[in-house]
Amino acid sequence: MTFGEFLLVAVLALPVLGALAVAATPRDRAARVVGTVAAALTLVAAVALVAGRGMGWVAYGATPPAVRPWHAVDLPWVPGLDLRFHLGVDGISWPLVVLTALLTLLCCGYSLWRVPAGGSGRALVALLLVVEVGILGTFLALDLVLFFLFFEVILLPMYAIIVGWGGDGADPAAVDARRRAGRKFALYTLFGSVLLLVGVYVVVAAAGTADIVALTGGAGLSRGTQLAAFTLLAVAFAVKSPLWPLHSWLPDAHTQAPTVGSVLLAGVLLKMGTYGLVRVAVGVAPEGARWAAPVLGVLAVAAILVGSLICLAQTELKRLIAYSSVGHMGFVLLGVATLTATGIQAALIGNVAHGIITGLLFFLAGAIKDRTHTGVLSELSGLRETAPRLSGLLAFAAVASLGLPGLAGFWGEAFAVVAAVEVGGALWLTLAVLAALGGALTAAYLLRLLRRVTHGRPTPAVAGLRPGLAGAELVAWVPLVLLALAVGLAPTLVLGVAEAPVEALVGVLR
Amino acid sequence: MNTTTLLGALLPAVPLVAGLVGLLLPPSPRGAATEQDTARRVAIGLGVAGAAGALALAVALLFVLNGPAEASTTWIDIGGLTVTLGVRLDGAAALVAVAVAAVALAVQVYSTGYLKRGPHDDVDVDHRYPPYAAQISLFTAAMLLVVVSGDLILLLVGWEVMGLCSYLLIAHDRRLPEAPAAAMKAFLVTRVGDVGFLLGIALLGVSAGSFRIADVLAHDHGAGTLTAACLLLLAGVAGKSAQFPLHTWLPDAMAGPTPISALIHAATMVAAGVYAVTRLFPLFAATPVALAVLGVMASVTLLLGALAATAQDDIKRVLAWSTVSQIGYMTGALAVGSPPAALFHLLTHAAFKALLFLAAGAVIHTVGSTLMSRMGGLRHAMPVTFWCTVVGLGALAGVPPLSGFWSKEGVLAAAEGAALHGDGPAPAWVGWLVWLAALVGVAVTAWYATRLLLRTFFGATRTPLAHPHDPPAVLRWPVLALAVPAALLGLAGFPGWFSTQLRRTRWVDPEAWSDLMPLGGLIHLTPTVLLPLALLLVGAALAWAGWRRDAEADPAAALGPLRPVFARAFRLDDVQHALVVRPTTALGQAARAGDERVVDGAVLGTGRAARALGGGLGALHRAALPRAAAAVLAGALLIGLAAALIGGAA
Repeated sequence: MTFGEFLLVAVLALPVLGALAVAATPRDRAARVVGTVAAALTLVAAVALVAGRGMGWVAYGATPPAVRPWHAVDLPWVPGLDLRFHLGVDGISWPLVVLTALLTLLCCGYSLWRVPAGGSGRALVALLLVVEVGILGTFLALDLVLFFLFFEVILLPMYAIIVGWGGDGADPAAVDARRRAGRKFALYTLFGSVLLLVGVYVVVAAAGTADIVALTGGAGLSRGTQLAAFTLLAVAFAVKSPLWPLHSWLPDAHTQAPTVGSVLLAGVLLKMGTYGLVRVAVGVAPEGARWAAPVLGVLAVAAILVGSLICLAQTELKRLIAYSSVGHMGFVLLGVATLTATGIQAALIGNVAHGIITGLLFFLAGAIKDRTHTGVLSELSGLRETAPRLSGLLAFAAVASLGLPGLAGFWGEAFAVVAAVEVGGALWLTLAVLAALGGALTAAYLLRLLRRVTHGRPTPAVAGLRPGLAGAELVAWVPLVLLALAVGLAPTLVLGVAEAPVEALVGVLR
Repeated sequence: MNTTTLLGALLPAVPLVAGLVGLLLPPSPRGAATEQDTARRVAIGLGVAGAAGALALAVALLFVLNGPAEASTTWIDIGGLTVTLGVRLDGAAALVAVAVAAVALAVQVYSTGYLKRGPHDDVDVDHRYPPYAAQISLFTAAMLLVVVSGDLILLLVGWEVMGLCSYLLIAHDRRLPEAPAAAMKAFLVTRVGDVGFLLGIALLGVSAGSFRIADVLAHDHGAGTLTAACLLLLAGVAGKSAQFPLHTWLPDAMAGPTPISALIHAATMVAAGVYAVTRLFPLFAATPVALAVLGVMASVTLLLGALAATAQDDIKRVLAWSTVSQIGYMTGALAVGSPPAALFHLLTHAAFKALLFLAAGAVIHTVGSTLMSRMGGLRHAMPVTFWCTVVGLGALAGVPPLSGFWSKEGVLAAAEGAALHGDGPAPAWVGWLVWLAALVGVAVTAWYATRLLLRTFFGATRTPLAHPHDPPAVLRWPVLALAVPAALLGLAGFPGWFSTQLRRTRWVDPEAWSDLMPLGGLIHLTPTVLLPLALLLVGAALAWAGWRRDAEADPAAALGPLRPVFARAFRLDDVQHALVVRPTTALGQAARAGDERVVDGAVLGTGRAARALGGGLGALHRAALPRAAAAVLAGALLIGLAAALIGGAA
């Protein structure tokens, strides 16, 4: 076993072992520390994956495969069913793996300081680690069945986090609201998963293999199969991403989830959908992708516009941020829908940027709600008078979210538009114009948010705030602030590793 | 990278670092007063040092630069489209950089005195100086980035960061209830224009395969692409440079502190749009349609701004509308194909408008109001401010030999050339339009400049003040320093050392337009110069005559029924509100309702339907014994029948 293979296994094994250790540690605080350490080690392993890339793959055959993992582990798992435990990491998945590990670490660290009411901190940290395993596994799996399994692992722990620690208050109405949100999340995404399962087996049955490396590029699937498979897979991933109009689980789940749950949901869970779309749906059924691209593009732009317009009329802080994800993921999906190298790279960096920025926004919204005990915009005002630093950070996050050039959010959104222009033709030019207008609407609702929350005279809820920030808050937020700046100034951090795999993927699309 | 390009790269970097460090300082005093003083002092030091450093670099660049210089490195390559990090320097860039840095320095110094707890302020006034100074530094850095940038995406970075800084600074004064709305309007209106700017950049970049300005200019774009891209870019230019119909944010932006108004109006923000067009002028020169649109836009803006300025009572709003009008002169010069004239006017305007705002700040500081109806008779009490304002207003109206006269004359000569002799790339009717609008504008400008002077400094005082006085030294010196270029900069337009220096900065391509000064200098002393001078006298005399008749009455009363229309700038704000803001808000409400009722309603309905179906089926199965037994028997019979039929058939 090479070092790379060892790391690959470690990235998955560490959070599993961490979750077990947390469950086995009797004392609550000690357990949370153990969980945080496990998350930190996972991050180290995830970052280390980048070392030794380029040595892992060997060009075999005349046409090298379109997916060339840096490191791969391929072990038989259930030989009778021809299931293999096949993991690998490349430039498309690595940034997301690191983002997942980072956000989980920040959430675990945040939980050291504050555990939302409703359950023990120990159980929360253990569940966070289980969710992490599922997400990481989804990004690393190179076997369709394995991919599906990891995709499903997340569902129940996330449900438990929403129902167990979510909402505000213990009154029956609040409990009912979060139960309903959790149920909706679980059932809706389960519906997507059913389609994913069918899609996976359509592909596996037709191609006789579940190996993503072998399948990428169509692998001799007939046109009919590809269209069917792409439709099934795309709808499944569209639920997760979420693509309008399959998004309505998201606002409830994000609003009701505890801060750490919202951060993980928005930060990385949604990315499983877009990642799956790029790696599985587009990769396995390129002909289907070409066939469906205009529809996907139109829906993506609809998501941008509708999401932004809804945000303009939102009256609740967390709900507004949740809906903003619909718009932002619309840009990512538009990038994918163009099926160009520019568009897919824009989608990748848009994914990472949205994870960083929306993660930060949810942390800040959680902090504001924890302090003022309300998220209703009309009850919030004048934050900059009493808590200038918190208000400054909120302004930074909002500005990053509206895609200010020089910060992370810019690249994904601007270049999704550029990619649509690049495709050309009346349809795509119209989509580019509408998406760019969506960018202006994004600015409108985020500035409205800032005006409501930070400007004006302090409301009673805000007037009593103390100006300081807790150390744990700073520790959780500063990495995200710095990353939003760093990715904005040096997009190569994300796209440098993705260039070659995206070129390879686009190569099979032609 | 040689010394020249290194200087160019450092130019935005120095204020950027000052700004970023300044943002880390504690924003407001906490606990002991000493801590606040330290933070404030550090903030002042950083802000002034950043601006002074930038000014030194810009001046050094002006002298080191002996030819166009360019250096770039790949920033990121996204799917075959190259984005570069690079600088592109020429004489125009260096001169504009000097103007930006000089105004920024004046504003930084002036602010230290202007944003200070005064004797009549509330005890709890907290000016939050550290973030304020840091944001000015960022603003300067962003504008300098626009000036030196050699790549369209990099230019866009500076372009939008400027929008953000203007937003933050306009909303800075927390005692003004209208400030947040004005700030939001400034950012949003310019952002709407930037939709076009981004699309224009995308078209050009995709067409050229690179976003580097040199590559974009060198590429042979298709005619359709070029026209579309130039028109889209103009949307962004209109937003940033406050051109009709996206000019509505600028007068409201007066809610910002006065030094910020000086910064936005003189050197940053509004200058960026004009400058961006000069940067890409070869593209515009090749698209007469875009120039025609620009010419119409410029003429409308020029007259609209000038007329709106006639009826304002707020001194800052007069100046704001005059900026709108003067930027119209610059875009008019661009439309008739004369970037040098536009840039010359941009530079003189930077000097005299910064001077006017800072002098107005001194007046507001001492009177405690921005309304001219509460000023008057300040001439004797504030001699320094008075004479500086005279210089500024004279330059604004175009009184010889002050700077504005020469630069405005350059614009008029270019328009006249296009109108009468068909000079330049624009159609002749555009020349006529710009020329006539500019001539009318001269008279109107002279009228409102005279009115401002008379209402503020002459006559009897309208507020019985204890002691109107000239401002303290820290406010006075920046004003005095700016009065020098406001008075004399126009003379630099004569052929001589200045333009010889500049002539050497020609791009290798003789067709290139980036050169600031044509060989013969920018001064055109032809007999037609008498025409604007006559109009100037007419305008000033009319205002003076009105004031002479009744020194107490506002000369604007002569406007009669037009006065409220002008005061509200032809009610374009209401139009914008009715056509854009309200429909968008309504659409938002509708989208939300639709999403909750229809999209989510379908999901919830599916859930409810599934439960109802399950409940119904469950109820069917909860039957009494006889019926259940009958159902079992019936089922068995059916299965048997089916088996017999299928078996029989087989």
